[in-house]
Amino acid sequence: MTGPFLEFTVDPQRCIGCKACEAACAECDTHRGTPMIHIDFVEPGVSPQTTPTVCMHCENPTCASVCPADAIKVDEHGIVHSSLKPRCIACNNCELACPFGVPKISIGLGQMQKCDMCFDRTSVGKRPMCATVCPTGALFYGTAEALHARRPQGEAINLWRFGVQEIRTRVRVMVPAGVEILEVDVAEIVDDDAPAAEPVVTPARPREFL
Amino acid sequence: MARLKLPLAEYVRTYGPHVSDTPVHGWAHKPPVERLVKTHCCFCGMQCGIQLQVANNQVVGFEPWEEFPFNEGRLCPKGVKRYLQSHHPDRLTAPLIRTETSFREASWDEALDLVVSRVREIQAARGKDAFAMMSGVSLSNEKSYLVGKFARLALNTANLDYNGRFCMVSAGAGNKKAFGIDRAANSWADLPEAELIFIAGSNVSECFPTLMHYIWQARDRGARIIVVDPRITPIGRTADLHLAVRPGTDSALNQAILREVIVNGWVDEAFVRERCTGWSELVASVAACTPDWAAAITGVPADQIRRAARMWGEARTSFLLHARGVEQHTKGVDNVLSLINLVLATGRIGRKGCGYGTITGQGNGQGGREHGHKCDQLPGNRDIENPVHRAHICKVWGITDDELPHKGKTAVEIFEAIHGGEITGLINICCNPMVSHPDTNYARAALERLPFLCVIDFFMSETARYADVVLPGSLQEEEEGTTTTAEGRVVRIRAAVSPPGEARTDTWILLELARRLGRGDKLSYADNQEIFNELRRASAGGTADYTGITWDRVEREMGVFWPCPTEGHPGTPRLFEDQRSYHADGAFHLYATPYRPSAEVPDAEYPIYMTSGRSVFHYLSGTQTRRIKFLVDMAPGPQCEMHPSSAARLGLVDRQLVTIETRRGALTIPLTVVESIRPDTIFVPYHWPETLAANQLTLRALDPVSKMPEFKVAACRVRAATADEARHARARFAELRIEPDGDTAPGRLGGAG
Repeated sequence: MTGPFLEFTVDPQRCIGCKACEAACAECDTHRGTPMIHIDFVEPGVSPQTTPTVCMHCENPTCASVCPADAIKVDEHGIVHSSLKPRCIACNNCELACPFGVPKISIGLGQMQKCDMCFDRTSVGKRPMCATVCPTGALFYGTAEALHARRPQGEAINLWRFGVQEIRTRVRVMVPAGVEILEVDVAEIVDDDAPAAEPVVTPARPREFL
Repeated sequence: MARLKLPLAEYVRTYGPHVSDTPVHGWAHKPPVERLVKTHCCFCGMQCGIQLQVANNQVVGFEPWEEFPFNEGRLCPKGVKRYLQSHHPDRLTAPLIRTETSFREASWDEALDLVVSRVREIQAARGKDAFAMMSGVSLSNEKSYLVGKFARLALNTANLDYNGRFCMVSAGAGNKKAFGIDRAANSWADLPEAELIFIAGSNVSECFPTLMHYIWQARDRGARIIVVDPRITPIGRTADLHLAVRPGTDSALNQAILREVIVNGWVDEAFVRERCTGWSELVASVAACTPDWAAAITGVPADQIRRAARMWGEARTSFLLHARGVEQHTKGVDNVLSLINLVLATGRIGRKGCGYGTITGQGNGQGGREHGHKCDQLPGNRDIENPVHRAHICKVWGITDDELPHKGKTAVEIFEAIHGGEITGLINICCNPMVSHPDTNYARAALERLPFLCVIDFFMSETARYADVVLPGSLQEEEEGTTTTAEGRVVRIRAAVSPPGEARTDTWILLELARRLGRGDKLSYADNQEIFNELRRASAGGTADYTGITWDRVEREMGVFWPCPTEGHPGTPRLFEDQRSYHADGAFHLYATPYRPSAEVPDAEYPIYMTSGRSVFHYLSGTQTRRIKFLVDMAPGPQCEMHPSSAARLGLVDRQLVTIETRRGALTIPLTVVESIRPDTIFVPYHWPETLAANQLTLRALDPVSKMPEFKVAACRVRAATADEARHARARFAELRIEPDGDTAPGRLGGAG
């Protein structure tokens, strides 16, 4: 790792669903008014458990691999950026392919926008807005040592397997000690025989009543 | 008579709440930031440090304040978005006087002189106490102190009370009885040091998000957590033991836990023998309170009660927290004392990692309740009926004892006296009873028959609509001062900008009214620091002693904990380190808390418990947060949480509009079916007004000691809404999301007079 950039870790067990991160993300000078992080209920109606999703900044990003216009770039700090405006054709491939569901095509801008780990802040030594305001420490930005001192019983890992695809991410996620990889068997979630796939998570936004 | 002249929708159209999420210069063009003002969030008792970005005398954004020790930059969504209120299009920017049809703008001279002449008229006709004042503890320490002095000397009325009566007074009363002092016993720094955290009746995760970090720190160090709540809140979800108590039965639960602690020999015998009074009476009072007895009352299985007692009994260090969930009852004081009994029985107080405290909810809920804001209180948390206490304040204020009124009526009693015609005039600042008063239909009827109402506020609150005179006041970020956080830390509030238009600071308004009432001699200050310095002298020798706290120290030390009797004193983050209480005898006082039912419990006609509380996206009566679009988008209106088994039994489905009925009124809102609530209980958040007010359903029954209303328990029934009710509810919900346009600037309504 080079430069002032530190570790970013998501600790979902600490999330209380308050959305201070969403509120603060929208204050960023580069995408003012639009949050790039989102909070989901894990089992709506059953549990109040929520979890934040930021861009995981993959080592070998799927979004960039599937981009036909070569518009998505990883910088020397391992940060995956929004699409390059002159190249992006807003084709939606990145949105469909990302296993974490992060990139979003902005119709108005005609390009893909996503979390860039608050590049304007982190590049000058500040912490990202979401991880600074997060009242519970569910979003952490700092050194690995500081994280370990805080969470001696957990482990921050960055290896995922989605079906046959293995992904290593720059952003880590806090898991119980002993877990080395997070496996998501897509077949378990999407049942081909069922009429429609059940979403794993539902946006924690108020739904319109009948 | 202040009956509304226009349909409610007309007031909303003209004065809001409108929802706005646009910074003052829009999202696209943020001006260069001229300065960062280090101050605190206005939205709860945590008082998180925050830096406001200022340009052109306007707050244009925020930057986390990572150096402030309590929150280190952390904020909740209200804190992030709070900067949007200062230039909000709904801000009141001129005095308003009621007309035949609505309001007209007036000059300050005309508005203030009208208030003064009405005060004089009413008091001449019906006596001094016929004119009352209601206040609130979102006000700074300086303003709270000033309101107390203004009401006693300028209005010369005994009838001053405040919205803490709707908030946490049961905690204050319980703390005074047990400890002789009303403050959390520890700073939050003791939370991560505790191996057991017991949280009774507090949805910490939604009401005090930034306190969560301290609880998580404790858990990371191996601490276990017990949460007592009828709902599985986000903090309840993570608890080692969640006790889903039936609303209104906390004291029975705590009595049974205490009995188990005694039976199993987990008592700190030396502590209760040497440091406490009332131990043998307390032991006798819980002799029959077996876990099985409590299980039948509380709905918590007996083995869970035994397990809680074992966890509490065997812990070496602990921190017990409680909040409105146990306090807002007709036995709120008993509930609080029953928890304090657990703390004292095990002697775990006054040491590192051994803590106790109520988590105060309002911005200045702590400081605002210490310096003469309450009907029975003088500065320094003194007793208004104690001759020695009166003598001290008379000396500081330069008055004789007969010039100082005695104890007045509490908040609900003031509204009852308005109903009865005994009180005919009211100045209301920083309080919105049309949302926060129990049985809001009763509060409305009181306001409708009140001959004169003056409201000082920065927005047209739902209460202000009933006013004869509305005086445009200031937000927290528009005046210098201090607040005192829920952990007893006095912090510095900075004026980032000045009030917009013709709006004035609350301090200016009160002092100008005092001058016109002929008490300029006693109520005249060069600046707010002079008010604080007088507060320090007035508090000297009281339990809430601020003598040694200066604005300079507060800034330099990033907060000072009271009591702080001299300038050389370091302040007191942790009370009781000498194992002495603040009672004259130095002992901790134990009280038996025999269980009694709530004022209203479910029956065949109204078979379901209704309880109420907060959402993380709104603050108190919502006057501020219901105007900020992000927060409104996340929580646009109230909804009724119900367990799926109850919904199935009643034939109701998720998102359906339902009507909740109690003996006071009815409320039509959408249903949210969740497994995280007791099947015999529904929950409704209370931040909304008029026909969406949860408090239409609550009752005015009061705790006999604290005079706190029973917001947390009512008996209700729930059914599908009728077509008419649904149509009306949809229209009200639509009104909650109206965005401002060019035609809806304040003051445009009814200029014809």
